Formats: sequence, C-alpha cells, structure tokens
Amino acid sequence: MSAVISTDICIIGAGPVGLFAVFEAGLLKLRCHVVDALPQPGGQLSEIYPKKPIYDIPGFPEILAGDLVDNLLKQIAPFHPTFTLGERVERFAKLDDGSFQLYTTDGTEIQCKAVAIAGGLGSFEPRKPAVENLERFEGGKGVHYMVRDPEHFRDKKIVIAGGGDSALDWTNFLANVAADVTLVHRGTTFRGAADSAEKVKNLHEAGKIKLVLSSNVTHLHGNGHLEQVTITGNDGRTETVPLDAFVPLFGLTPKLGPIGDWGLALDNDAVVVDTVDYSTSLPGVYAIGDINTYPGKLKLILCGFHEAALMCQGAFKYIYPDKKYTLKYTTVNGAPSL
Amino acid sequence: MSDIRIYVEEAPGQRRELPAPTDMGLSLMELLKASDYPIQATCGGMALCATCHVEILAGPPLPEPSDDEWAMLDTLPQLHETSRLSCQIRLAPNLDGLVVRVAEPA
Repeated sequence: MSAVISTDICIIGAGPVGLFAVFEAGLLKLRCHVVDALPQPGGQLSEIYPKKPIYDIPGFPEILAGDLVDNLLKQIAPFHPTFTLGERVERFAKLDDGSFQLYTTDGTEIQCKAVAIAGGLGSFEPRKPAVENLERFEGGKGVHYMVRDPEHFRDKKIVIAGGGDSALDWTNFLANVAADVTLVHRGTTFRGAADSAEKVKNLHEAGKIKLVLSSNVTHLHGNGHLEQVTITGNDGRTETVPLDAFVPLFGLTPKLGPIGDWGLALDNDAVVVDTVDYSTSLPGVYAIGDINTYPGKLKLILCGFHEAALMCQGAFKYIYPDKKYTLKYTTVNGAPSL
Repeated sequence: MSDIRIYVEEAPGQRRELPAPTDMGLSLMELLKASDYPIQATCGGMALCATCHVEILAGPPLPEPSDDEWAMLDTLPQLHETSRLSCQIRLAPNLDGLVVRVAEPA
C-alpha cells in the first residue's frame, strides 16, 4: 500500500496551467503535489502536440508546446513539487477540519488543505472499439488499453488491434517478448510511421507475428478471464483465436471522468467558478484552466496562467484565514524558492 | 461574399442549417464549435486529436484527405467510409449544401 502524501495544495492535472499553479503557490510558500492520469507532465501539450508551435505566450514570439512544458518544469523546480503520474484521482472527501483526502485509481492517498482542479478537458482515456463484451474483461481480466509493463505479456498470446503508431510500435516491441502476437487492422495499409510499418511487415514475412488486415476484432469470449476473440473480416468471414490478452490501441481521448461526480456545480461538463479566486461551489476546491467556466471564459493557456495566480491567493486565504498576505513581486525578492 | 449553407443532421431527417461565411478562412470545425456542437478540437485544428470527427452525408465532393488527416482517422476505432476531420475542411464557396453529422465521441 502506498504511503499517504501530505501537502498544502493538491493540483489535479499536470498540464501547463497546473504546472504554473505550482509556481504561484510556491511564491506563497505553499507546497504542492500534482496528480495526472498521463504518465508524463504537460497534459495536451505533451500528449497530443509537443511539436506544435504556440504563438500567444507572453515573451515567446513562438514556442513549441513541448518546450513550454520543459520551461515550466524548470520554473517550478525550486519549489520541489511532488508528482503522482499515471494515476487518476478517483475519490474525494472533505474532512471536518476543512482539509481534503483524495484517492487515486491505484490507491495513492493524498491529504491536502486545498484542491485545485486543473484537469484541462478531463483525463485522457483510451478510445474503446465497439467490441461485444469488452468491458466484461477489463480490470485485469484480459483487456489492456495500454502497455504499462511489457513484461506482463512475456510468453503470452496477445492480439493487438489498431493501425496507428502505438499499435505498430507495440507490435514490433512485443514480438520479442510475447509468445504469439497478432495485429488486427481494419485497413490494408498502415498510415503510421513508415519505418514502423515496414518493421511490422518484415516480422510478418519472417513468421514472427501474425498480421490480419481488412478485419476487426468483433467479439470477446471467456469464463471470468478472456480466452478467445472473434476476428471478422470486411468480407464477413470470421475466425476465432485463442489468447491471453487483447490490447486495443486506438489512441486517447479526453473525458471529464469522476470530477463530474464530486458534487461541484457544473455547466456543460465544465466546473462553474467564481472569478474572484476561481473557487468552485465547494469551499477549498478551485478549478482553473480549460476545465472551468464563467462568463467570458476563454480557453487559452494565457488565461489559465492568470487564473492560477488568483486561485493561489484564494487558496492561501482558505488555508490560512488568519494570516495577512502582502503581494511581493519576484523582481523584489529575487529567485524564488520554497 | 455571400454565405454558404452547411447542414448538420442532428437526428434522422432532422437537419439544422448553418449559414457559413467563406471569406474568413474558417474551418468546418470552427463553424461547428461556434454553433455549439460538442466538438472538443483538443489540438486546435492540427489533425492531431480527432475530437472533431464528422461524417459527410451528402453535398458537393470534398478534396481528398491529406496524409496527416488519413493517419489520424486511421487511429479511430469507429470509422465510417465518409469520415473526415472537420478541422481539415476549409469553408469555401464550392461547399454550399454540404450535409454532415457530428460523430459520436469514441
């Protein structure tokens, strides 16, 4: 069981706005712990468009999304934030003393005095194919939407579905780990990286993997654990394949996720906030960035940065209602640290 | 320049007409988003996220998808023969009468 993490503010979401909130909290001498469902910080910027140039960050006429994330991580390093990555905050409880306890999907427990939701468009979740019985075999029963540890598949029979880069890359990698790899793709060609597609083709020709094109996995079968899948060709022919694991790799898509069930006031899947300090309908819980809504809301990183600054002022007052805070400029105080 | 008309099929037999300017360089994604359809457009229109997936139901022929658009469409678990990324469709006079359906998010 994981140790309990104790901090001043728990920031849910390690996108640019969540990361900048660490900086603003640090200026107020507040410690931060950051949780994100993705395995690396940066949110959409790292996951979807790390090489996309951004033009509306003050002071940067042009900056690549990935470089902005790197800069933000450098900027917050003096405050020594801690991270729980690859886990999603699932449950949430407010305690009698006004503090909070959060629990992640993997059982990590976080105690904090305030919560800042910087979840962007929500947590990135796998795109699921329309396959009969899919959900029956989730949760360790044979369906895996991502490859966290390739060793899990050692000497096993696996069927991978998909035609993008991740399907190709994992097919190539797991060909040397699993006992038997079958890649199922609905088309006849791959439009992922040409080099990866070539490797898949070569492995198939060498008899090291099976390649089933113009087909889809349509049914899953098993008693308690996945045992077989049915693959249906575009021509209607079917084939049943025995296996240990089915790995559909169709990329990720953002979903609001459990935040929608925490009792916060919502409007069209966005968290309603007060623009004085970006507080939600639950005292001590704040929402900043793309996940919030208010009159005049603009979904810009720039606006999220502003919201982070005001949010931290509000969180400071919530955590220390009797302390007086005086705004200090970083130009006066020099290089910031906790 | 006069507006063109784009139709969005919201339910079988039920189409909403959207007047669309063609002199602003807008994409179909931007028009749908501005018309309050549930288009996330996470990547901002770079054919990188497929959260603006639409089906083309009828209307004038469209230019072929670019390699980038094909590559992104290819990753979707539910793909239709007429699937397109609306961010890659630039509104132009020759698209007058286009009929689309916003795809269910995967």
